Amino acid sequence: MNISQFLFYFLTVLALFSAVMVVVSKNPVHSVLWLIAVFFAISGHYILLNAQFLAIVNLIVYAGAIMVLFLFVIMLMNLNASAEPQKNNWLKLAGVIAGGCFMMVLVSLVKQANELNNIAVTMGSGEIGLIKNLGKALFNDFVVPFEISSVLFLSAMVGAVVIGKKA
Amino acid sequence: MPIQYYIYLCLALFSIGIIGVLTRRNAIIVFMCIELMLNAVNLLLVAFSKVHNTMALAGDKTSMAGIEAQLFVFFIMVVAAAEVSVGLAIIVMMYRNVHSVDINFLNRLKN
Repeated sequence: MNISQFLFYFLTVLALFSAVMVVVSKNPVHSVLWLIAVFFAISGHYILLNAQFLAIVNLIVYAGAIMVLFLFVIMLMNLNASAEPQKNNWLKLAGVIAGGCFMMVLVSLVKQANELNNIAVTMGSGEIGLIKNLGKALFNDFVVPFEISSVLFLSAMVGAVVIGKKA
Repeated sequence: MPIQYYIYLCLALFSIGIIGVLTRRNAIIVFMCIELMLNAVNLLLVAFSKVHNTMALAGDKTSMAGIEAQLFVFFIMVVAAAEVSVGLAIIVMMYRNVHSVDINFLNRLKN
């Protein structure tokens, strides 16, 4: 087992454990911190796949900006008293069974797909994740979606201000 | 790494997100589980883009096939950032009106 395989298993276990802790934690602040751990693990996976630009953007945008926004909102509401009303246990059990059935169906589907055999993901090589190539593709072939996304950001900003303003 | 391992990992993350949405009543945690599902999809897109690129490299040494998927992931992150800002504003407004973030209060939207 070489180093990248070891890192793959380590990051996988870290991501799954942290994701379970996000759902299980009673305190919302702990959930946010575990979610940041999930994002770090996923960024590690991006680096293993040599998608360096996406790894850094994932860290800056998700772990840096979005999760800080979540933390601010939770602290403004003073929710860390963990006085959250719980669903009753039968509903929780039904939710877990529904999610588990969803996963079981898709896993059995992937297991039976012979087309996927002998396809390997190459780790630690490849040029498409580098910022030079991504930038060329973004500003040659994808200029229009890029500009539209800036309009989307502007409208999201205006929308957030209008909704958040005291009516 | 076989592609199946990545598919299983992303399926597990996505299912954990679904279970979180179905079992929790705190609106902020439900929102965080949606972010978790978005990230599982992003990881799977990047893994498939690498597979596509490796297959194309066998024929053409300088192929850039598969770069579209990585840009798609970039745009998903952009849309997710916009979505989070508006969604959190809605949650704050809901908290101001009913002094709770319990999603069962949203039943009142029916009337």
